[in-house]
Amino acid sequence: MIKAENVTKIFTGRGVVVRAVDGVSTTVDKGEVVVVIGPSGSGKSTFIRCINGLEMFEEGHVYIDGVDIVDKKTNINKIRAEVGMVFQQFNLFPHKTVLENLTLAQMRVRKRKKKEAQDKARMLLVKVGIGEKENEYPSRLSGGQQQRVAIARALAMDPKVMLFDEPTSALDPEMVGEVLDVMKTLAKEGMTMMVVTHEMGFAREVADRVLFMDEGKMVEEGTPEHFFIAPREDRTKLFLKQVL
Amino acid sequence: MTATDKVWPWKLLLAGILILLAAGIWGSVSRIDYEWRWYRVPQYFLYKAEDAIKTPFDGVVKEVSASGRDAVVTLASLDGEQQKVTVDGETIKVDAGDDLFEGDTIGFVYEWNMGPLLTGLWTTLWISAVSSVFGLIIGLIAGLMKISKNYTVRTLAAIYVEVIRGTPLLVQIFIAYFFIGTVFNLDRNVAGIGALALFAGAYVAEIIRSGIQSIAKGQMEAARSLGMSLPQAMMDIILPQAFKRILPPLSGQFISLIKDSSLVSVIAITDLTKSGREIITSTFATFEIWLVVAAMYLIVTSVLSQFVFYLERRYRVSD
Ligand SMILES: Nc1ncnc2c1ncn2[C@@H]1O[C@H](COP(=O)(O)OP(=O)(O)O)[C@@H](O)[C@H]1O
Ligand SMILES: [Mg+2]
Repeated sequence: MIKAENVTKIFTGRGVVVRAVDGVSTTVDKGEVVVVIGPSGSGKSTFIRCINGLEMFEEGHVYIDGVDIVDKKTNINKIRAEVGMVFQQFNLFPHKTVLENLTLAQMRVRKRKKKEAQDKARMLLVKVGIGEKENEYPSRLSGGQQQRVAIARALAMDPKVMLFDEPTSALDPEMVGEVLDVMKTLAKEGMTMMVVTHEMGFAREVADRVLFMDEGKMVEEGTPEHFFIAPREDRTKLFLKQVL
Repeated sequence: MTATDKVWPWKLLLAGILILLAAGIWGSVSRIDYEWRWYRVPQYFLYKAEDAIKTPFDGVVKEVSASGRDAVVTLASLDGEQQKVTVDGETIKVDAGDDLFEGDTIGFVYEWNMGPLLTGLWTTLWISAVSSVFGLIIGLIAGLMKISKNYTVRTLAAIYVEVIRGTPLLVQIFIAYFFIGTVFNLDRNVAGIGALALFAGAYVAEIIRSGIQSIAKGQMEAARSLGMSLPQAMMDIILPQAFKRILPPLSGQFISLIKDSSLVSVIAITDLTKSGREIITSTFATFEIWLVVAAMYLIVTSVLSQFVFYLERRYRVSD
């Protein structure tokens, strides 16, 4: 489903060169849930943003369903419609109602009729537990509700893969659970997911595989059991000791 | 200021200062022995035009009948041709049965016409409106160019903005009319509107650029991550939000343009200011006319400000 090959992203600015992502390769199979962990600044966000081309990278390739997103002939908008993304800061459209947040891209990108898009949107809003808020503007919702709307907005495109970049990091602690529950349901339904998170409980419970990144490199990759019981690398051990 | 501070003493002070100012101006004006002729001003807003209705052929008056304040006169020519004309009832000069020759006056009609102050205001308004529309289009394009990733595109827009903002509008109007206008044989209205639009466009470009950049980067990323193209994201997500933010400075810019448009009077476009000057040459009511012209600009700009204020409140719903 996703295949990343030697992805390298270099930021240059004010004379400093940062290899934010440094030769990372991995694959995510259909139905698999992969959790990416690592200290702040280790390149997790940059890496996940390379997967849907929000960040264009200097070296390497990313294949979505076999299509190389780096290829000039690839229509990146088509690819992105297949790859849902959920951001730390929700990024809902503040000038649109909850329902419009969910229908806009369906109509613009998937070319669905308004009625069809609204039916789909309402079904998803019920699914994420905010069916009664469709006419509210995002600013009227709590953080947890906003993030669930953001998840529903991504799902409305019928993506093949969902990417999550620290979806619960901006939330008050009491709202983390409601968002994680939605993500767990998705995972159980067989959605292919790549999740950057600091929620180790989620990683242990839901992940099929865990990636540990540090300083732009993928240091270790394995099952949750491997990670939380017997990590191999010293840096992984150190990190896990700090967060657990 | 605390909540218990009284506001009325300050209002009183304000009123006192305004009265003193008015008295001061009044006092100085009476010392120079100026004869005020306010009664001459209204005719420059609206005047009653008199038009003589003449007989179109030799013939007789067949019938005169009243129709409200008007009189309807039926004329018959020598060949039996009939024609009805309407004149003001009090001015009728013929009776039924009178013989008439071609060119005889039957009576008069009166019509209210716009005086130069109103036609000038109208010119000012449409010139400002047309310049605003083009200014907005130019500004939108230049503003988008300024945030382009392409160096050439970005720099071209920057040069345009710098040149316009760094030179006086009056000089720009002269160049537009006497130089560019001469080379390309432009009508004075085209040159005037072009100069105003390019002038406004440069300021609009800056307003739009900063408006777009004030919208969080995450909005663009969210839209693009859903598969929307760059133009789609701009039209549906970024510009509507930016528009709400730039509405106050943008409308301020267009309201300024109404005032700035008075400069086109130098290339003989008969706008409100030019009309004022023309009236003064024939009436010498210098003080009255300039005060009236100023008041007319002020009324237009404050009505627009109020309208923008209303729009802002309506658009605030979703915040
Ligand atoms: N737009 C950018 N410009 C320059 N440097 C950046 C940019 N985005 C991220 N970086 C740098 O890249 C590195 C990785 O950042 P990031 O991917 O956000 O890490 P993480 O998500 O793991 O906290 C950091 O050193 C960060 O400072
Ligand atoms: Mg991050």
